[in-house]
Amino acid sequence: MKHIAIGILGAATLGLVASAASAATLDDVKAKGFIQCGVSTGLAGFSAPDDKGDWQGIDADFCRAVAAAVFGDGTKVKFTPLSAKERFTALQSGEIDVLSRNTTWTINRDTALGLNFVGVTYYDGQGFMINAKKLPGVNSALQLSGAAVCVQSGTTTELNLADYFKTNKMEYSPVVFEQLSEVDAAYDAGRCDVYTTDQSGLYGIRLTLGAPADHVVLPEIISKEPLGPAVRQGDDQWYHIVKWTYFALLQAEELGITKANVEEMKASENPEIKRVLGQEADTKIGTDLGVSNDWVVNIVKAVGNYGEMFERNVGSGSPLKIARGINALWTKGGLQYSPPIR
Amino acid sequence: MQEHDLSFVRVEMALAQSAPASERGLGAWIRKNLIASTGDTILTIIGIVLVAMILPQLISWAFINAQWTGADRTFCATAAQGGVQPDGWSGACWAFVNAKFGQFMFGRYPIDERWRPILVAILFVALLVPLLIPKVPRKGLNAILFFGALPIFAFILLVGGVFGLPHVETPLWGGLLVTLTLSFVGIAVSLPLGIVLALGRRSKMPIVKMLCVIFIETVRGIPLITVLFMASVMLPLFLPAGVSFDKFLRALIGVSLFAAAYMAEVVRGGLQAIPKGQYEGADSLGLGYWQKMGLIVLPQALKLVIPGIVNTFIGMFKDTSLVSIISMFDLLGVVKQNFNDPHWATPQTARSGLVFAAFVFWLFCFGMSRYSMFTERRLDTGHKR
Repeated sequence: MKHIAIGILGAATLGLVASAASAATLDDVKAKGFIQCGVSTGLAGFSAPDDKGDWQGIDADFCRAVAAAVFGDGTKVKFTPLSAKERFTALQSGEIDVLSRNTTWTINRDTALGLNFVGVTYYDGQGFMINAKKLPGVNSALQLSGAAVCVQSGTTTELNLADYFKTNKMEYSPVVFEQLSEVDAAYDAGRCDVYTTDQSGLYGIRLTLGAPADHVVLPEIISKEPLGPAVRQGDDQWYHIVKWTYFALLQAEELGITKANVEEMKASENPEIKRVLGQEADTKIGTDLGVSNDWVVNIVKAVGNYGEMFERNVGSGSPLKIARGINALWTKGGLQYSPPIR
Repeated sequence: MQEHDLSFVRVEMALAQSAPASERGLGAWIRKNLIASTGDTILTIIGIVLVAMILPQLISWAFINAQWTGADRTFCATAAQGGVQPDGWSGACWAFVNAKFGQFMFGRYPIDERWRPILVAILFVALLVPLLIPKVPRKGLNAILFFGALPIFAFILLVGGVFGLPHVETPLWGGLLVTLTLSFVGIAVSLPLGIVLALGRRSKMPIVKMLCVIFIETVRGIPLITVLFMASVMLPLFLPAGVSFDKFLRALIGVSLFAAAYMAEVVRGGLQAIPKGQYEGADSLGLGYWQKMGLIVLPQALKLVIPGIVNTFIGMFKDTSLVSIISMFDLLGVVKQNFNDPHWATPQTARSGLVFAAFVFWLFCFGMSRYSMFTERRLDTGHKR
């Protein structure tokens, strides 16, 4: 019983951290003065610490956007790095308020695990990277018949790969490794012609290769991995705030509202812009949501619109250089679409 | 028959001569140690070839070609990788270690508050060094300061929240700070607790004995990774909603109890090695149980098991890396986490970071090991190895 005694003693010393995870997350968040945001333990472009130890990436910026909507200040957020195994428990137990951790939206997670996904901040999917020097002229995954494919064992990636080649009646020889780092090394050493994993990951891996220019990420995506933030079930108000923060980011991009021009835009005569930025007389859009009426202004001031967030973290403004692709707005042929804010 | 006509009879000893030239100096050393037989010669040649193959590359990678300063990945990447180095360049990216050094040491501890762990570290060294040098006087006071005052002071300073110090939550701690805190608390708790458990296991009181056996065997039967995982993932589900222990505290308790169970078995080995005569001698002098243990048995038993104790310490020091699985970042965890910074992703980044982490771990473990050998020699009264 010694260990229990020590546990109690220790708890008395460090203090019990108690925060009531009741239904009203918004009240809790306002009372403590910051949003507790669950991020990954490190994924390039999504959530990774920079030189100062601050979290950077799309997932981290999304939490800053929520903080900006609630407090008008994007810095009022604390990050909790979570492993893949811990992430759902952390949300269920109330340890975090928002889970923004490159998590794939599936029906099982939405129902059985008691989460509510608010949207898709990044449409990911399994893709292929090839060594263009070894496979000249290949510009589609359908030309990969007979190739040696490097893949991590025991993942859905491996199963998707088998399905894809079988469906398309192609042959391949798998080169399977336990650890992702082994797959990287094997691919870089030329033990296989093709590397397959989530497409966003392929761009990050390309940066660590000896000759990145020789490697091409093929356009095909063979699985659906819609990554998005999630909140706990059972608190509609908080769910709406996080969900509409996401839509506001998209709406701002659609209307051309950027971090740089948001102040000028407030004076715009365009009724839609006026409505979104809370400049209409007697507007109640923000207060109905439970935040201030200039919530969109605060969001855009903190992190920019969705497009700016994307380009800064994973797009042309980052070392990853991922193209917008299906993550473009619906007006530009992508899937990102916001219901009207009115 | 011949007369004794010896013209010279030596009456004193011949003067001592130095060894013949062929047995002296470098040549002889090489002959004796490197090429004494055919087998030795072959091994020597293989050894030299291996060293010649590895060492120049290692030196050129770690020192000559290494990039010591830089602001981002371009400094550690070749032109083909989008950097400034010539193609075919291969060198350590110490610029990465340099840029992230603060994080490697303190994790995400706020930069303005980093003087606090630094101050604790200075005090720690200032109190530990005199404690470790046998000649320095006032060991009693020193020990009270080190084991009594320092932990309280360090706790106040590191956690904060009082005396105008801003509160720094433990999730922000990381790097070497976490490694050392976990190890120091683990060592400080596990040794006394381990001794108590070992005595309990050899006790004649059935309930005490049973409790100690159950504790030791249960903890030793579970992998540390499971203990940490249970403490981190399962415990919050059992507690009332919203109530949670500090995760760092959970890991501290887990690591300490785990080490204590192993320590108990090491100490028990020492207790069993003490001849029965020593126990009986103490009894015949009329010493009570605690006097017998404290004055006669434990001093001898602990001395015998110093290698085992230090072995457990070193094992625990390295086991702290396992806290990575519950998203706490010790030195190795922080280093690996920073591989994901896209602004530093190059083929050299991971290698450089891991070599740095390995070096720091080696430094501490080697130091502990040397000190334990020194202590063994110093306490070696009567039992020559």
